[in-house]
Amino acid sequence: MTTHTDRRAIQVEGTVGESPLRPDGIAKLKGEFEYAQDLESEGMLWGATVRSPHASAIIESIDIAPALSIGGVHAVLTASDVPGRPSFGLEHSDQPVLAGDKVSFWGEPVAIVAAEDADTARLAAAAVNVVYREQVPLIDPEEADLRDEVFRRMRIRRGDQEVTGPVVVEGYYEVGMQDQAPLGPEAGLAIPDGQGGVDLYATSQFVHVDHEQIVASLGLRREAVRSHPTGIGGAFGAREDVNLHIHLCMLALHTNRPVKMVYRRSESFAGHVHRHPARMWYRHTANEEGQLLRVEARIVIDGGAYASTTAAVLANASYFAVGPYRCDSVSVDGVGARTNNPPCGAMRGFGAVQSCFAYEAQMDRLAEALDMDPLELRRRNVLATGDEMPTTGQLITTPLPTAEVIETLRAMPLPDVDRTSLPGGSGLTSEPKDVVRGVGYAIGIKNLGFSEGFDDYAQARVRLTPEGAVVETAAIEVGQGLVTVLAQIARAGLGISKAEVRHVDTSKIGSAGSTSASRQTQVSGGATLEASSRLRERILEQHQGDDLNDDGVWRSGALVVPMDNLTREVWEETVTFRHPATERPDEDGQGAVHADFAVAGHRAVVDVDPELGMVKVVRVDTAQDVGKALNPDSIQGQIEGGIMQGVGLAIMEELVLENGVIRNPNFTDYLLPTILDAPDVEAVLIEEDGSWGPFGAKGVGEPPTISSTAAVAAAIRLATGKQLNRVPIRPQDISLGDR
Amino acid sequence: MFALIVEFTLNGSPTTARVMSPGSALDVLRDELGVFGPKSGCEQGECGSCSVLLDGVVVCSCLLMAGDLQGSVVVTVEGVAGDQIHPVQTAMHEAGAVQCGFCTPGIVVAAVDLFEHNPHPTGEEIKEALAGNICRCTGYGAIVRALEGLSEAAAR
Repeated sequence: MTTHTDRRAIQVEGTVGESPLRPDGIAKLKGEFEYAQDLESEGMLWGATVRSPHASAIIESIDIAPALSIGGVHAVLTASDVPGRPSFGLEHSDQPVLAGDKVSFWGEPVAIVAAEDADTARLAAAAVNVVYREQVPLIDPEEADLRDEVFRRMRIRRGDQEVTGPVVVEGYYEVGMQDQAPLGPEAGLAIPDGQGGVDLYATSQFVHVDHEQIVASLGLRREAVRSHPTGIGGAFGAREDVNLHIHLCMLALHTNRPVKMVYRRSESFAGHVHRHPARMWYRHTANEEGQLLRVEARIVIDGGAYASTTAAVLANASYFAVGPYRCDSVSVDGVGARTNNPPCGAMRGFGAVQSCFAYEAQMDRLAEALDMDPLELRRRNVLATGDEMPTTGQLITTPLPTAEVIETLRAMPLPDVDRTSLPGGSGLTSEPKDVVRGVGYAIGIKNLGFSEGFDDYAQARVRLTPEGAVVETAAIEVGQGLVTVLAQIARAGLGISKAEVRHVDTSKIGSAGSTSASRQTQVSGGATLEASSRLRERILEQHQGDDLNDDGVWRSGALVVPMDNLTREVWEETVTFRHPATERPDEDGQGAVHADFAVAGHRAVVDVDPELGMVKVVRVDTAQDVGKALNPDSIQGQIEGGIMQGVGLAIMEELVLENGVIRNPNFTDYLLPTILDAPDVEAVLIEEDGSWGPFGAKGVGEPPTISSTAAVAAAIRLATGKQLNRVPIRPQDISLGDR
Repeated sequence: MFALIVEFTLNGSPTTARVMSPGSALDVLRDELGVFGPKSGCEQGECGSCSVLLDGVVVCSCLLMAGDLQGSVVVTVEGVAGDQIHPVQTAMHEAGAVQCGFCTPGIVVAAVDLFEHNPHPTGEEIKEALAGNICRCTGYGAIVRALEGLSEAAAR
């Protein structure tokens, strides 16, 4: 395999709490960083995928002969060619590697081809003749519920279920299907090793869980397949599930040639899971002072055709259905429906986004009913350390600075009105006199790390070399800056000034778990800190030193073992870190199901032209609970990027379905925020020691997306007086929607 | 499909490439010439990841027919500074304007072009110049800070 990666400036200087520059920054800026779509290998073939044009159909026949007859085509494989387990899945192996007797969603893979070049592969894929008998697709998640087509039901009952009160607010809310839209489409290269095994370099958030599914479906022993971390263009949840991984390995093993596959954007929309659309019914009951007496919710999310992570997403939507508020009487019923819509799974925020949109709208309506300031209502109900989670009853033992988040937001200055920057742009769209400003608040909460008894761990290895520390890990860098922060942690743990993170394949290190659930800084960071600290202790102990730095081992102010001598021995330490164990819930959804929590709040300022329905998000300010800010600049980057995705869901991003078919699988019709849509952002990081992450750090990736959508929606409601119970809010919802 | 030969100047060097019509200039750069700086993100000119300078104008190379490369002068991200690091690249690095980096080559090309024509752009001018480049990671804040900082430094 050729490599284009620039190895300059890969070491990280700077310890925790500083913001050293990214070690891969210059390579990325010069176009030299190697992404999965840039990989090449001698004698490489190109793969392509035949996909279902129907959301539901019986496969009557597949004729591969027309494809095979095209010059340069080396293989056309179908379901009967899958050597091992015919299906895969993150939680349940229910998704066919290739559809056999039926297809269950639009875009489902039916056959795969390998050819001399990409164009020939695509031509061959188009030449495979699949005869379908169309079925009526099941597209309504509530109908699926009635038919008992569900992946999971959640039932949460806490406290006295007969509680009533004087102030009752009810509402129905919907969230549309958002796409992660990582800028780098799915891509990979599989290289046969000549001994019946294969090396895979493909876009992934979790190479070890890919590996498990790949070896099962290939029917190979674990050692025969090596899954390598590789450069990827963003993820946001879209790369937790297998898509092209098994296909690439099958084609490489079948042809005994390296095979590369790159999804086009339209295929990428069919090739990965999406954020679950949700329908939510809520009833909040409070007393005259605004104290929440009871919260009832019914939450239906559409999991689409296959399980993916629907069970866990539903659990999150349900566990965080009340938000960061105290309440002693709670009832939540959740449904994760199975339909013929595209499969949904992980996306940044993972269920907590959907319910936050609903409960924060409810809190605003409750405030209105009580004639109370919305922040004051929230302040009167804040959930804090030492409280019980309103849904699960779990005692909150780590810091939860909900009150600080609210007070910080309240104190942040508001921007002036800028009549030169109007909704719809600075042209002739809106008249300044028609523009109304709205200011909305929302607070969100989410778990960190995996929950419900999942054995959540990460392995990392730290080695001391003459050039500095080396951290070996399979934890995926998706752009968030893990390569920087793990090096900072290793430096801090060892007490030396240089460290480098090296990604190694599944045969060389244990699992780091997924780069998801805001978990890698805490879990892989925890493993890195423990490994580097233990290594330092062992070195000092063996050489009876009292300090270790770049020069070597010191004792009583004298250098006793210079670094060159020290590193003639192999000094390395491998640690598997586990976060505090969690429990499975009982039949009422009660139990200590979560390892940690983070809270964040957003204040959105919008300018709206109510007649034209145009919105400009002027500013989104935030306060976020981060535990300890290990790299403040990286956190700022997570916050600004997460807010932008939250704004996208609030006003423009939705996959539109018609009979299970995605109508806008491209960047022309699936609208993404541009630099002209970006609000100004001021972020306050709230640090409070006490979490189990390294140096008290909490995960920071998801909280920026939880409540930013809800805050923007609240601001638009305030500006327009419209109900706006569904996101994304479209221009016609504003101009024509119900008051 | 048929092959034709195009001759053009790529990052300062005379270049000859075989073109499989109806391919795009991006296909030629990546698949024929192994120039991987320009990225393929959407194939329809929406994301700007494939941006290059064509005769001094920023274009999405995915929208440019391969045959139109004939006789042109093309600069990709690899060519904006050669072995050196362009001030735009330094500013973006130091401001934390790179996360996954997939949009970065296109943004560098667009920003280099902006500063070439306007050494002291205002914030609004920076946003106008980058309106054709989608970044999914950063929320654009650090990119704007990087380039505003560069503009201020140039003004001093």
